[in-house]
Amino acid sequence: MIRNRVRVRLPAHLRNLAKVGQEVELEVDGPVTARSVLDTLEARYPALRGTIRDHKTLERRAFLRYFACRQDLSHEPDDTLLPDEVATGAEPFIVLGAIAGG
Amino acid sequence: MAGVRVLVGTHRGAFILTSDGKRKDWQVSGPHFGGLDIYHLKGSPADPNRIFASQATDWFGQVVHRSDDGGATWETVGNEFGYRGDAGTHQWYDGTAHPWEFKRVWHFEPSLTDPDHVYAGVEDAALFESKDGGQTWTELDGLRGHGSGPHWQPGAGGLCLHTIILDPSDPQRIYIAISAAGAFRTDDGGKTWKPINKGLRSSYIPDPEAEVGHCVHHVAMHPARPGVLFMQKHWDVMRSDDAGDTWHEVSGNLPSDFGFVIDVHAHEPETIYVVPIKSDSEHYPPEGKLRVYRSRMGGDEWEALTQGLPQKDCYHNVLRDAMSVDSLDPCGVYFGTTGGQVYASADGGDNWTAIASDLPRVFSVEVQTLP
Repeated sequence: MIRNRVRVRLPAHLRNLAKVGQEVELEVDGPVTARSVLDTLEARYPALRGTIRDHKTLERRAFLRYFACRQDLSHEPDDTLLPDEVATGAEPFIVLGAIAGG
Repeated sequence: MAGVRVLVGTHRGAFILTSDGKRKDWQVSGPHFGGLDIYHLKGSPADPNRIFASQATDWFGQVVHRSDDGGATWETVGNEFGYRGDAGTHQWYDGTAHPWEFKRVWHFEPSLTDPDHVYAGVEDAALFESKDGGQTWTELDGLRGHGSGPHWQPGAGGLCLHTIILDPSDPQRIYIAISAAGAFRTDDGGKTWKPINKGLRSSYIPDPEAEVGHCVHHVAMHPARPGVLFMQKHWDVMRSDDAGDTWHEVSGNLPSDFGFVIDVHAHEPETIYVVPIKSDSEHYPPEGKLRVYRSRMGGDEWEALTQGLPQKDCYHNVLRDAMSVDSLDPCGVYFGTTGGQVYASADGGDNWTAIASDLPRVFSVEVQTLP
């Protein structure tokens, strides 16, 4: 099975929760999709379970977005292949908190 | 020398205020979980160094933190709150059926005897418990499964289970309260529940004396008299002398009987405290004067406590879980405001001091009396 080295960038509060820096590197088995990346991320950092995706439905939380290669991938099906640049580690997969005023 | 630890949940993190038994000089630690909504923190009576904290935001959902060293360090524990079985529906604001959805933990109530056992009151209203220090959570679904569940309807703040009271004389008896369903009691450890709202009267529901539907804001009990309950309802301060089976109003001479908090003196079971708020549409003290009212006879006759509190131009609120007492002698009383002040009285309410003045909006205040 192909193992890909994927970079994931997290918002500040999730970095604090997982006790990591701005980016983490993950080894993702098989096709690199939002689902496989987040499954791997949550397996390595269990404190993140339920914070990016709903525990039960695995749906993305409404105030979070998935970006990569200057594209908003938030509304792609979770099993859609991410861009090659993400699969090769050239570009990070970005989990972003929605901006909010006040 | 004995000391006090005040656990403050706010809109932008948790703060821990500590003092020795004199309660004159205070140290502030925090923000813990800075920038995040911390709805509630509470320590275990069986192990005061174990503290549970509820972090809940629209961005990242529910996170549960636990400290085993009095709040110096924290670890995350389980945050999966799954309703048992088919969750069903409750009423929505427009009266339609709405699926039960977990949103956040409003209140933790640790067991009186087992530091690994803790209850969680959540929105949408349900009661969960953990027997492994918060790692896993199981719903006590007899409550939500009470026949009235499909008729429960959220108040403006959500359909929240915000009050949990454990009876120290009977481990099988628990009281809870839900906005806007009312108060409930179990006598079998949470398997079955009964509404305990007889005597409540609420003009904002179609049947003012309905079995459920009352917007109970908070309930308090003195541990030495577990059958006597005091309630701050949306409007009306109420009292029950029969474990909630019947209630009667004790608002007496209060300037307003609307409010959120209510608590009982640690050593005087008939001495109770409320903070009157002007009305349901004006959530600030009457006349801009922040006054705690104390009754020494369990209600009906109240005196205003003002010394040290702002007596003009004060327009903060005091939210339902934002008052607590210590068990020193004399009893200390504490409350936090939506303006970010935490006030303390080391003499049962006669004199007050702001022990923190510029915190974020205060959601909750809990006090631990340390040996």
